[in-house]
This record gives sequence, C-alpha cells and structure tokens, in this order.
Amino acid sequence: MAGTISLGDAAPVTIEIARAVIEARDHLSEIDGATGDGDHGVNMAKGFRLVVERLDGKDFDIREGFATIGDTLLSDIGGSMGPLYGSFFTEMADALDGKTEIDPATLAAMLKAGEAAIVDLGEAKVGDKTLIDVLTPSRIAVEQAAGSGKDLSATLAALRDAAATGLESTRDLVAKRGRAARLGERSRGVLDAGAASCELILRTLANGLSERLS
Amino acid sequence: MNRVINDPDRVTEDSLAGVLAAHPDLLAATEHPRVLRRADMGGTPRVGVVTGGGSGHEPAFLGYVGPGLCDAVAIGEVFASPTAKSFHAAFREADQGRGVACLYGNYAGDNMNVKMAVKLAAKDGIRVETVVANDDCASAPPDQPENRRGVAGEIMMWKAGGALSAEGADLEQVIAVSRKAIDSTRSIGIGLSACTIPANGKPNFTIEAGTMEVGIGHHGEHGIAVLPVAPAREMAAIMLEKILADMEFGGENVAVLVSGLGATPLMELYLLYGHVDEMLRARNITPTHRFVGNYFTSLEMMGVSLTLTRLDGELDRLLRAPARSIGLTVLGS
Repeated sequence: MAGTISLGDAAPVTIEIARAVIEARDHLSEIDGATGDGDHGVNMAKGFRLVVERLDGKDFDIREGFATIGDTLLSDIGGSMGPLYGSFFTEMADALDGKTEIDPATLAAMLKAGEAAIVDLGEAKVGDKTLIDVLTPSRIAVEQAAGSGKDLSATLAALRDAAATGLESTRDLVAKRGRAARLGERSRGVLDAGAASCELILRTLANGLSERLS
Repeated sequence: MNRVINDPDRVTEDSLAGVLAAHPDLLAATEHPRVLRRADMGGTPRVGVVTGGGSGHEPAFLGYVGPGLCDAVAIGEVFASPTAKSFHAAFREADQGRGVACLYGNYAGDNMNVKMAVKLAAKDGIRVETVVANDDCASAPPDQPENRRGVAGEIMMWKAGGALSAEGADLEQVIAVSRKAIDSTRSIGIGLSACTIPANGKPNFTIEAGTMEVGIGHHGEHGIAVLPVAPAREMAAIMLEKILADMEFGGENVAVLVSGLGATPLMELYLLYGHVDEMLRARNITPTHRFVGNYFTSLEMMGVSLTLTRLDGELDRLLRAPARSIGLTVLGS
C-alpha cells in the first residue's frame, strides 16, 4: 500500500542519522558551550561513529539499526545523552517488534515509546528547555496526523515541522533541567543543545523515510 | 593547543594506561576497560565503596581509590558521566556481599547512569545505596540543594565513608556517615582562565583577561559573579564569606581543603590557604585538618576552590583514619 515503508527499505536511514550527528559534531558542541560544558557534539559523534562501524557491511533492517544505536549509546557513551538517547532508540526499536513496515500509527507508537523512556529517566517536562521541547510536540503532531488519517508523507512533514518549531521554542526558555538549569536567566536567548540534536535526529529520520516513499 | 597528548579523542584511554603502569600497588584493571579497582581489596568483607565521574578532574575520581577510601571507580570521558554499564561493573567489582555505597556528584548524567546501574545491580542481587554530593554552595540557593553540584567536597564524603567501611560498619551506617560528611561540607570555586577539552580543541567558555568568575563550576559552568581579579586575600574573603553565610560554622573544628583547578601554582594555593587559616581563626574556627594541593581539578583551568567541613567527633576520627591513594594518603594518628 502507498504510504508505508518496509523495515528493510528504511534501514539506510539508520546510517543517515548517524552521519548527520557526526557531521554536526562541532555545531552541537558550540551550542552546548553556550550553556553547558561543550561536549555534547563530541560525545554524540563518538557514539554514532561506533554505530557506523558496528553496522558496516552488515545486513540489517531499521529495527536492528535502531537497536544497535540504542545499545551502543547505552554501553559506550556516558554523560546524560548516552542513557537518554540510548533508551530512546532502544524503545523505538522495541516498538517495531513484530512489524514489517512503518505506517503513521507505527511511527506514532515508536515516538511515544521513545519519549516515555526519556521522560522516565530525565524527568523533564515541556518548557524545561531540553530535548523534550522537541520530542513531545513532535510525538503529538505525529499522533494527530496518524489519528486524522493522514498518509505517511504528510505525517512525516508534520513531524519535521513540529521538531523545527520545538527547537526554536527553546531559544526563549529558561533552562530548568540539566546542567544549564544552574544558569537561570542566563540560559535564555540560546538554543538547547539536546533539543538541537533531537531536532536533527527527527528531521533526518523524517527526510530519510520520505525519500524512500515514492 | 599545546598539550601532552596523542589522539585528542583517546586522551582518557591513553591516560588510564599510564595510571595503571604508575600505580600497580594501588590500582588494578578490571574486565571493564573504564573501571578500576583497588589492587588489594583487603581480607575481611566490607561494604564496597564506589565512586565515578568524568575524566579531566584528576586526581579525582580514580585518585581516591585505595585502602580507607573507595574500592572501585567508574571512569567517564572528559567532563562526561561514565556509562550505566561502567557504574554497574564498578558495583560488581566493589561488592563483597555486604552491599555497595555509591558516592558521587550531582550532575544530570551521573544521576541517570547511576539510576540505571542501580537497577542493573539489583538484578544481580547487589544492594546499592547512593549519596549524591551537592557541596557547591554557589551553584543554587540554599533552598534548592537538589540543584547544587558536587565538587571538591566529595573527597570528605569518600574519606568518611571509606574509613567507616574499613571499620567494618554496615551499609546503612556507611551511607549515613557519607551523607553527614557531605551535608556538613560547603565548597566554592573561583575561575581565572578557561580550559579546553582536548577533543574540542578550543575553550568552550571564556573568562576575560583581568576578570575572575566567582562560583565557577568544575566544567566552566557560570558562577554567581564576574569581578575584576582581586588580590588573594580578597579572594579568600569572598569565598569564605559565601560559605559561612551558607552554613553555620563557629567555635568548632573544621577541615579545610584548598584545591587548585589545574593550572594554579601550588605556591599560590598555599598563599591563599594562609589567608583562609587566619580568617578562620579570627572567627574562633579551628582548621583541624588541612589539605592544600591539586585535589580536584578541571583540566588546565586556572583558579582555586575552597571547601570547609564542619566536624563532629565521628567525622574528625574518620578523617584521621589511615588511607592510601594517589590523591590522598593519611598515615593515621
């Protein structure tokens, strides 16, 4: 049926996400340097480089790809991003168990499971100036699109837009979670680094799946 | 960036190899590459004491593993928390059947990874209790202790907890005394220059020439005020004032720890300590235990941190107890 994509066809999106993060290494570290300790891009890139190495030459689908990202980040990348994104990808992979293709409802289930893991661990809410300000509105946008019968292409467009809007919303927020929380008002005026990487991941996921739709 | 390194992305691994080569009497490698343990765990089973944190703070954290201190340490990347798996492996190394006290600092990443690791350890039947240090009184107001960072005061927590474990106490007692040690401790730092994470290649924050950042964090987190660089005696007064306003000290014994942040000469640390000592005595506070040196650093940041611990009889006894490690050796008295 039009508007779905098989897990096998979606596999390359795993590598595209990894490469996007690796390329954004300095950019993410720079954003992090404004309010944090400037290591966000470095740690993320290190983790995703390992992902690329581990998947190199292997035959896998996107579920296995996401499980590899999750396991690699949990096992090899510390900081706060290792457990947060590690759990996120692990849960998204688990949400694909027993599925053969991604449709709007599956995408919504993936994001819901990933978001729940991050909330459980980080306890952040919308407005705290964290990656949740990107992830939660993105999940809601996907759920609404899927619930109102939009096709996968339109659902992915909604995901991309919500993620971009969510990222921009962090600029005027005062951080309430994570290391930047200690800055109070001084955290206002700059983007949140975790929100920036989350938007990048969701955008790359949406673009990658869209390209393979046709 | 003039640094004594090979590959900027492998500084942590390469440094660990040197640590193990230099201190085989104190530290041993484990199956997990980012976990070190005491070379000799001693005979009688004790409560295991574990710490962990990002690299770049040497001798913290691995420098406080040894008799009378910690049993195992989880090691993270520069300025990044160790993984949950590293903490979990450290718990397994330290556990001698009497439970494990995990004594670490209050940072988002460490909190998450420890939380996950404690769950993993529970599946192995290992009981882990935690104390999270929050001694940096410049990092949040007094009514928000949960938002305060753990800094050099963690050493007092490790010393007290490690000494009580060595006395044979049970897990509840080790946890209680570690909590008391950190609750009785306040720290504050002043930064004079930024530092560079080797993998980044450039400083991720700036301290303008001629200024100092009061209350700076161990990773360059902003402090509470940027002031023109002041003479050492004024720095001592500023730090002491903040600490004494935060917790009641008076007519009693304290432990004082002055730590360099990596690039401040020892000569200047002693210079500052002299002022602190004099100011404390003028207030009838006696510095019974005195530590001056590079105990908890931030790569090559220039600056200093001051830590004060209010002592009761028990904490005084535990600080006197013998201990041996890279960062701290106490002969015992």
